[in-house]
Amino acid sequence: MREFNYYRAGSVRDAAKRLSASGNAMLLAGGMTLLPALKMRLNEPGELIDLADIGELKGIKLNRKGAQVGATTTHAEVAENVELRAAIPVLPHAAESIGDPQVRNRGTLGGSLANNDPAADYPAVALGLGATIITNKRKISADDFFTGMFETALGRGEMVTQVLFPIPQRAGYAIFPNPATRYALVGVCVAQFKTGVRVAVTGAGASVYRLEDFEDALTDEFSEVALDGLTASAASLNDDMHAGADYRAHLVGVMARRAVAMALE
Amino acid sequence: MDAKVSFTLNGRSVDAEATGATLLVDLLRNHFGLTGAHVGCDTSQCGACVVHVDGVSVKSCTMLAAQAEGRTVETIEGLASNGELHPVQQAFHEHHALQCGFCTPGMIMSALDLLRRNPRPSEVEVRDWLEGNMCRCTGYHNIVKAVRAAAVAMDEEAS
Amino acid sequence: MSGEMGIGVSAPRTEDRRFITGRGRYVDDINLRSQQYAWFVRSPHPHAEVRGVDAADALKMPGVTAVLTGADMQADGVGPLPVAWGITSRDGSPAHEPEFPGLATDRVRYVGNPVAVVVAESRSQARDAAEMVNVDYGELESVASATAALEEGAPQIHEGAPGNLCFDWEWLPAAMAPDARANTDKAFKEAAHVVSLELVNNRLVPNAMEPRASLADFNTATGQLTLYTTSQNPHVNRLLLCTATLKMPEHKVRVVAPDVGGGFGSKIYHYAEELTVCWASRRLGVPVKWTAERSESFLGDAQARDHVTRVELALDAEARFTGLRVDTVANLGGWLSAFGPAIPTVFYAPLLAGVYRTPNIYVTVKGVFTNTTPTDAYRGAGRPEACYAVERAVDEAAVQLNMDPAELRRLNFIQPDEFPYQSPVGQLYDSGDFEGCLDLARKLNAYDEFSERRRQSEVRGKLRGRGMCFYIEACGAAPSQAAGQLGARAGLYEVATVRVHPTGSVQVLTGSHSHGQGHETTFAQIVAERLGIDFGNVEVVHGDTGEIPFGMGTFGSRSLAVGGTALYKAIDKVEEKGRKIAAHLLEAEADDIEFTEGEYRVAGTDRAVSFGDVALAAYVPHNYPLQELEPGLEETAFFDPENFTFPSGCYICEVEVDRQTGQVDLRDFVAADDFGNIINPMVVEGQVHGGLAQGIGQALLEHCLYTPEGQLLSGSYMDYCMPRADDLPNFVVATRCTPTPFNPLGVKGCGEAGAIGAPPAVINAVLDALRPLGVRQIDMPATPQAVWQAIEAARSGG
Repeated sequence: MREFNYYRAGSVRDAAKRLSASGNAMLLAGGMTLLPALKMRLNEPGELIDLADIGELKGIKLNRKGAQVGATTTHAEVAENVELRAAIPVLPHAAESIGDPQVRNRGTLGGSLANNDPAADYPAVALGLGATIITNKRKISADDFFTGMFETALGRGEMVTQVLFPIPQRAGYAIFPNPATRYALVGVCVAQFKTGVRVAVTGAGASVYRLEDFEDALTDEFSEVALDGLTASAASLNDDMHAGADYRAHLVGVMARRAVAMALE
Repeated sequence: MDAKVSFTLNGRSVDAEATGATLLVDLLRNHFGLTGAHVGCDTSQCGACVVHVDGVSVKSCTMLAAQAEGRTVETIEGLASNGELHPVQQAFHEHHALQCGFCTPGMIMSALDLLRRNPRPSEVEVRDWLEGNMCRCTGYHNIVKAVRAAAVAMDEEAS
Repeated sequence: MSGEMGIGVSAPRTEDRRFITGRGRYVDDINLRSQQYAWFVRSPHPHAEVRGVDAADALKMPGVTAVLTGADMQADGVGPLPVAWGITSRDGSPAHEPEFPGLATDRVRYVGNPVAVVVAESRSQARDAAEMVNVDYGELESVASATAALEEGAPQIHEGAPGNLCFDWEWLPAAMAPDARANTDKAFKEAAHVVSLELVNNRLVPNAMEPRASLADFNTATGQLTLYTTSQNPHVNRLLLCTATLKMPEHKVRVVAPDVGGGFGSKIYHYAEELTVCWASRRLGVPVKWTAERSESFLGDAQARDHVTRVELALDAEARFTGLRVDTVANLGGWLSAFGPAIPTVFYAPLLAGVYRTPNIYVTVKGVFTNTTPTDAYRGAGRPEACYAVERAVDEAAVQLNMDPAELRRLNFIQPDEFPYQSPVGQLYDSGDFEGCLDLARKLNAYDEFSERRRQSEVRGKLRGRGMCFYIEACGAAPSQAAGQLGARAGLYEVATVRVHPTGSVQVLTGSHSHGQGHETTFAQIVAERLGIDFGNVEVVHGDTGEIPFGMGTFGSRSLAVGGTALYKAIDKVEEKGRKIAAHLLEAEADDIEFTEGEYRVAGTDRAVSFGDVALAAYVPHNYPLQELEPGLEETAFFDPENFTFPSGCYICEVEVDRQTGQVDLRDFVAADDFGNIINPMVVEGQVHGGLAQGIGQALLEHCLYTPEGQLLSGSYMDYCMPRADDLPNFVVATRCTPTPFNPLGVKGCGEAGAIGAPPAVINAVLDALRPLGVRQIDMPATPQAVWQAIEAARSGG
């Protein structure tokens, strides 16, 4: 790693001010993606602003409408939260499938969303559930938040503070892991709401995306059979040594069906 | 630029000078001479560097020394008390759960975190938990056996 | 007295305590005052001319002491990295052995090829400065696959190897099989059935968990060089440093291999980095340390396997094997690693008889240069490749003849009364009970109830398959004279010293090296058993040329068979000298003295003296036959075996395949091995487990993959899939024992068995599962994508 200044922020305001002031500062939450990238010298920030001491970014609150999860809540905290397990089991289930225990002990929800790794699990769940990402400046719907590979709608000096997850009638998240990294080779989140079904896919493309024809079919009838005959397109899907685009497209179909089955369990 | 980092290390209050980019594992190894945490990869996957911070397992190669400020850090060196092995250490010995020993400190610290959360893990639960710890020698068979034996021993010790 | 921890006891290991308390001492844990740090500038190109190295910018960086290049190395008279085994092509010409400089002089031939080294006050300073070294590369066309490198018009990698052919070798074991080719062709002509397969043995990266590291300390005042290095054989490293590269006298070089975090073959060799830090320390007069990052290990550690093989098996009308033809193309990499040419030839072809009475076998191997990291020995080294070819072909024959694979094997086994058995490929098999192992494995697998398990899997929507392998391998390398005839440039004996202290405790100095195998325990068990002393009173010292007389180190499952036997013979000498001392003390004839359970006793009497008292007398020789006997009790033995040893075993595994995703789950793995006698069953089981994990890794997960031009695609754990705990099942392991007659311990070796036998067992199981879908062939690793593609191809009639 190249040298940088380390700064521990006391509040969201403090962090945001510092972030805006510096040309090349970055926010540090769990560091599970950022620090490996810095070790590989993929990025060379002048300063890291640690969010660890900011109490307002932590915690899980649940009400009838949904769950509000603080940005620096760790994957382990989400995975082990008893109320979430009862209200939105797909969320702790997805949190549990992220990385390994040590990554879950430090990695955070906000960090994962803000990073928008094409193989990350949380973006699929956020998009699948139609979450709202709250920043220090505004509210952004998940549909608008994920804009491209490692890209989001976050502007300069903007940071995720909370995420609001609505409670679906039923939901499932099925992941087929990359054998080496255990990240999602393909992950599909299916969520049924009174208003319709949402299907979000991670791992397969440059960024998380929705599958509209799958959504329509499942809105008509929420069952695996409803997906008969539907296939995902391989066009513009990722192609690497672990999975070609055609295999990924095939897995999208398989995982979507498994996510439906999981939701129906 | 060096800054002072103060934390509790294996039960003692310590401080050290570290630059912003200093990794916790390097501070432990190079400054404190605690070489039990090893560096086996550069992509945060192998788990040879696992230590506990505030009671949970973390990869010390993927944490800045500065992030340890005010925290409690426990390493493999602090596990045995008064020369008596911790039940997880003892189980690793009795069940031949180590060969070259390089992954062992991280493996033990990781397993201990599991046993604190789940005092009687099944074989599948142990195997799943150890996803972040690679071993090239043992085929994991005896590690799994040792972790489950340690669970029983810790239970008996507690009762 | 020794019974508690003697031979045959599962003694928990004495070395464990330092590892489980975090007090192991690996090379990177060692720091010397005023040490500096090396960082290597490596080629980013698979193939390029090095036109110049401009270090001016790097030298201006903070903390930088020096930037050294291949030209500097050459100017200092440092020799190239040596090749330890000479191979002769079938036309009688020697294999092409290009000079392999530690730092490139004029050309780089693989990505990662060291070009220069930066030495600086800190590791990060050295790394920063290395990025500022400007190398003027003239990129050349490149090729990564061996078959592509043999094609006409392929880029030429070495001038002395036209067509990139390092050697074109055939195996006609000395005077035994001059007509092997004609006889084998005849067998095929007369065969009732012929089975033919094209197989790829995938390239692997060894991946010991401890990355390689070297710390060199040249003392300018004494001229003494001390090297701490991650080695499986420190004496060999010293030998090569002294004779081939640095050319210093042995008494001025001490090589220490302290705790070493796994080797699996990858830490045998005298590598460029090790040489470079030694040379830099001598040149700069400061200690110089280098520790590899994992991504450097992926580029710089010798890789393995990477064969493309055509195997053909001829059978008569009764399904007896009558001939085997094997033609292999082996990828050697951009240069020759030390044993690179030997692994796909003399460590491969002599095992192609397997456990069968196949009378006619003919083997050809082409060794090919490519623009990839050099290949060499990795757990099994040639024998996994041989076993894979034979056992895949045997299973294919069983399928084609619609026979039970176990019965086809049984029909062709070498029988127990045929040992020692002379194989047509030049090995004299020591012992074995193949039927016994097969029956044991079948029992542990509940072989006859498979169809019920398959049905249960079907209920769960899974395809179940079962696969079998029967391996045999050659361990205990090696009879030096035989090895010499085959091209070895070193002896392959082993050395042990037994030093009895005045109070009767014992120190063993062994030339074998333990980097996980447990010698500190098992060697002590041998001493405890033989001398009747307490296990805790034996200390085993290894890994330091400053303490141990000599040694060839640990590889090829040789430690116990060769190093253990050297120890056994040194104990013989101690016992014999003790007998003379005891005879003097007991006023009896030496011939009348028996030695049992730590006591010398006049036969048939109660007059006895303990081993401890004899030791004391040897060091306090007041009442002692000084005219006939020197005082002291310390003996050394060199042991050169008369033959290899031949462990064998039967593995059966079962898999479940998810036909929708292609995911293969290993449900069950049974290993029934014959390792001869066993010193410590628990340690042996651990060795089997580890070998199985690596073999299963090769079959299902691990793949070292390059672009066609030679850029490494699987250069980190993000892409190279290491076996993890949840990839593997619990193993069921058991042993049968036919002791080898070729060493007094009757031991054969167990370190590599799992890695040799597992791959064909797993792939045979995967194919068994997929056969109902019409899949006939799959290469390793059988990743989910590969399995899915095979299913899709079969579905579409491919």
